[in-house]
This record gives sequence, C-alpha cells and structure tokens, in this order.
Amino acid sequence: MHAEAAGVMTGTHFLDGDHACCEGALAAGARFSAGYPITPSTEVVERFASRVPTVGGTFIQMEDELAASIAIQGAVWGGAKAFTVTSGPGFSLMMEHIGLAVMTETPCVFVDVQRGGPSTGLPTLPAQADMMQVRWGSHGDYEVIALCPNSPQECFDLTVTAFNYAEQYRCPVFVMMDEVVGHMTEKVVIPAPEQIEVTPRRYTTIPPGEFLAFHPGEDLVPDMPRTGEGYNVHVTGLTHDERGYPDMTPAMQDKLVRRLVDKIKKNADKIILYEEDQIDGADVVVLSYGITSRVAQRAIDMARKKGLKVGKFRLITAWPFPEKKIAEIAGKVKAFVVAELNLGQMVREVERAVAGKATVRFVGHAGGSVHRPEDILQAILEVAR
Amino acid sequence: MSDLTELTAHNPVEQFLRMDRIPHIWCPGCGIGTSVNSFAHALIDAKIDTKNLAIVSGIGCTGRVAGYVNQDSFHTTHGRAIPFATGLKLANPKLNVVVYSGDGDLFAIGGNHLIHAARRNVDIKVVCINNLIYAMTGGQTAPTTPGDVVTSTNPYGTYDPSFNLPYLVEAAGAVYVARWTAFHVRQLARSMQEMFAKKGFSFIEVLSPCPTLYQRRNKMGDGLDTMKFYKEVSKVRNGALTKDVALTKSGEITVGKFVDRERSDYRDLMHDQLFESLGDDYVETEACSCQ
Repeated sequence: MHAEAAGVMTGTHFLDGDHACCEGALAAGARFSAGYPITPSTEVVERFASRVPTVGGTFIQMEDELAASIAIQGAVWGGAKAFTVTSGPGFSLMMEHIGLAVMTETPCVFVDVQRGGPSTGLPTLPAQADMMQVRWGSHGDYEVIALCPNSPQECFDLTVTAFNYAEQYRCPVFVMMDEVVGHMTEKVVIPAPEQIEVTPRRYTTIPPGEFLAFHPGEDLVPDMPRTGEGYNVHVTGLTHDERGYPDMTPAMQDKLVRRLVDKIKKNADKIILYEEDQIDGADVVVLSYGITSRVAQRAIDMARKKGLKVGKFRLITAWPFPEKKIAEIAGKVKAFVVAELNLGQMVREVERAVAGKATVRFVGHAGGSVHRPEDILQAILEVAR
Repeated sequence: MSDLTELTAHNPVEQFLRMDRIPHIWCPGCGIGTSVNSFAHALIDAKIDTKNLAIVSGIGCTGRVAGYVNQDSFHTTHGRAIPFATGLKLANPKLNVVVYSGDGDLFAIGGNHLIHAARRNVDIKVVCINNLIYAMTGGQTAPTTPGDVVTSTNPYGTYDPSFNLPYLVEAAGAVYVARWTAFHVRQLARSMQEMFAKKGFSFIEVLSPCPTLYQRRNKMGDGLDTMKFYKEVSKVRNGALTKDVALTKSGEITVGKFVDRERSDYRDLMHDQLFESLGDDYVETEACSCQ
C-alpha cells in the first residue's frame, strides 16, 4: 500500500539527517513516539513533537529510555506504528526491551544516532561503535535488522524501509545513524505519497476463537491480532507456545527461539541491501557504511586516479550481514580495506565471511571525527602492493 | 434438578479466566488469587465491557495474573508494566487498561515509572498486590518490607526504611488511592468498581500473605493465621491521611479509601494544550492505529 498523505511532506527540502529521519517515520505511518532527550538524537523527536499533532498522533516524553523503549511497544499493541530515538547511553538502557520486542514479535523501530563511547564518552561527536551492541546487546539468541544511512536522504528513505521491515518480519528494526549523518544538512527529496511503498500491519483475518496468536505463516512470521477486538491474546516475554501461553520446556525454547532467528536468517536475501561499484576486476575492495562510506569514496577516487583497481562495497544493512556476497567477492580480490568509526566491529564479520581467502585490512579509530581519506588511501596502497 | 445443575455448572468468574491454564502457580494461602476473584466480581458488578479491557503485568508472582485472565493481556518486563500500559492507553484510548503487579515490581525497579505515570495522570488503573517481599525469587527484602522482618537478604532482620505506598502515590498525583487486605474481599471488589469509574491514575494496594516466604520465616503462621491477623489488626479509616497509614510488622493496618479527587487526565491535558496552541491545525485522533 501507499503512504498516507497526511504524514508525507512531499517536496525538495534542505534537512539534516535527524529531521529527515523524522519525516521518514511520519511517511511510513508512525503516529506514536516515546523518547527521552539525548544528544545527538533529540532533534528527531523534537520534530515529531512539533509535526505529529498536525498529522494525528501522539508524542510523549518519558522518564527514561527504559520507559520510552517499552511505551512504544504498548503503543504498537494498541494499534500504532511507533518508534523511539536515542544515542549510546540511552541505547544501552534499551537493551532489555530489544529482547522483549524480539520475543513478543512486536514490530517497532529504534533509531540510534551513534556517538563516541563507552559511557558518556563524546556526546556531540560521531562514532560507529554500537554496531555489535545492536546485534548482541540484549541477552539470549536473536537476530535483528539494522540499516545504516549515509546521508540525510537515506535517513528518510531507510527509516521508511525500517518500518516496512518491522511490519513484514515482526521484529525490532534499527536505523544506525551517527552524529555526522544526523547533523549534516543536505538536499532531501520526499516523494509523493503514492510513490512511497508502506507495508501494512499483518493483521489476521481469522476470527477470535480460532486464531493462534503465534502460529507462523510460511515465511515463519505470525499474523497479528488487534487488541480490543475479542482475541483475548496473551503476550509474554516468557518462552511461549503458539497460543502465547508460557511453556518453559527446553523443547519449546528451541522451537520458538529457532523460529525467531530463522525468520530473519531464512529471509536474509530479501532483507539485505548494499551498494557496490566496480567490484568486477578490482584488486582491492573498500568496505564501509554510514558516514565513513562518504569519506571512503574520496579515498577510492584518489586510489583510482593513481591507476589502482579499487572496488567499493557499502553495507546498507549491517544486520543481517551479507556474508554470502562477501565470501563470493573474497574469492576474486586480493584484499578488503574495512573502514569504520570504531576499533574493529563489522571488520570481524568481514573476516569471518572472507575466511582467509583475501587480506582484510582494518582502518579505524575510537570516534570523535570522521576518517581522514588519506588514512584509508594509505591502507589501500599497502594492501595493493 | 435443573436448579441444581444451575448451581453447579458455572462459577461466575470462570468467564474471566483462562481455565485451560488452571491450576495456577500461586501457593496455598497466597492472596493473589483471592484478589483476582474480587477483580472478576468487580468486572461483573460494574458491567465492564471486557472486550476493551487490557491487563498489563510486570514480573513476579503477581506478574503472572496477566497469564490467567482471559482478556487481552500483556506480561511485560520487570518494573515496566506502567510505561507499556501508558503507550497502550495513549495509542488506543478506548481500551480500559489495568496494571496488575506486585510491590517489588511497581515500587522498586518500576518506582520511577509509577510516580511519573501518577504525575501525568495517565488514565490507567493500578492494582498492587503487596506481600511485603520478593516472593518469586525466594523471599528477599522489598522496598515495602517493614522493619525487623527476617528475609533471605536480611537474615538478621530488616533495617531499610520502607515505603508507605498510599502516601507516595497520593503525593505523585493519583486521583484514587485505596488499601485493603486479602481478607477484605467485598470491600476490595467495591473499591475496584469505584476505580473503574474514575478517569485518571488510580491505585489500590492489596495486602496479601506470602505464607511460603514471609509468614513462615517470621513465625507468623500460615495463610489462615494471616487472615485472622488481618481481621484483628485492620481498621477501616476512609479518608485517613496517607501520611498516617504506614505499615509495621505487627501494628494496625489502616484500610479504606484514602484519596478520591478529580484532576484532568493526561490525554485531556494534551488535547486542551494542543488545541489552544494549534487551533484548527490540530488533528485530533480517536486512536493512533495504523492500517
């Protein structure tokens, strides 16, 4: 279906990434947000607080991030599309409710505008150091979907995608921005509502009494009941059967958790997004994501000018990680240069997928500024030798 | 003969329970099930539209209530039932949202959420079963445990000062505050009916025995002995000042309705402010629901 016109600010705008993200949420149909102030993400909900009363919806400022990250889940079960927005320390507080959203298959979106950590770290400066936390930060086994915009335009586009994936796969979806992407201002084109694809909630058509709340479809995802319509649904964070009733046996644990993991893993080819350029015939592939991909582009251009055969691979979904694609490229190139604003996170996934078939060179630092293109270029020159 | 069939066929509260999940996990003598019985009777007597009733629980013995009531029910994370309920109610205001949880869940790990929901006057009803202890995890000290009580984490007796729940909740802004014990089943059911009629953050504390962990460790007998104790030491004082109703190990238990007042609820406050500021640009919605 198409976006509801009320939420779509069609036109060409000059927006920063935080504001563009908010417009993406509104275009995707988000009518509820709960948030807690934290730099450098607050502008997203500030804009939502200003815009949503004129569209029809609610923003509430909660007492902390624990509250924000579960209030949105209450809103989802109340029938809304909902999201919350945060940065490092707040993201740490939200970890328990990532698990709740996974376990209860609550479609919701978390935006993390990454800053330098650990702890209070660098509140106003960028990092890409929550990339493993988003994947592993809550306890237990699970899979998530995480998207990495590299421009305000993509903050709009990928926030829409995040809501669509959340509804399609009934899981929490993450928009992993960073301080620079969040605060940089560029041209953002918002299409007409009929040009924006929006995934509707998978409401069941089975009447109450016959409906099993957690009985999956062929894609391993169950349809959702509406609250207040007589379904008397039970939603619990405990291990549960297809009725939603607690069943804390090893057999049920394995069946449920395996399905929650498989519904992402087995649909990974439909979920994974990336951008590639001149991979065929390349000696070296530069892999990056988010703001770092903008800097890496400069390094790639400089290397190409020197006559080197350099390809570009940009992760758009960090999770699920495109491991098959990376393994395939690894057989054809000499080396990967992996650039990210941390001390080595996604590079571990690259190494795992490459499995020794090519050299993997990491270029990173602990955050606070973007890379210098020269540092990435230097790595390209070294591995190309 | 047909009369006899009528008499034995149905317990009127069964319709509110997931009978396929019975027997429940609560211990003999525990007051949680007793409170659920009062709750069911309140639903019947107040003629509540149960289709729009949603129960939200946190974690712990009382947290399991959500699993036994045959309603839309949400068993959330420890301490966070209230913010979940806040999102549920604001996104879908037609729902009648009841939070049913324990003292540790609502006042320790969830204490911050509780006072803020009361401050905002979100239209949710909170039933707090207070067994004065963390029961599910084995009888540790709670923020409600009175002084000089033996718990698994205070084996030589408690010395942490405890919360007086009605005093705290009134100060935070609740429009309705009452306390009963598991002995006062009819008064509790009546109080629950009153709570359903209120708009805004409403709170009922229900003192419940935990014979397994509280009464046993403190040599206070079993569930029946606790009922006798409640009967003996409870004093109905409607309108009592909440500052005067703190609980001690063996002193008076002041019960009754302490607070019943009117304040605009969160949604009305939001609506009035937005309408005043935005005028015709304000798009008022019945619900935030998506297609």
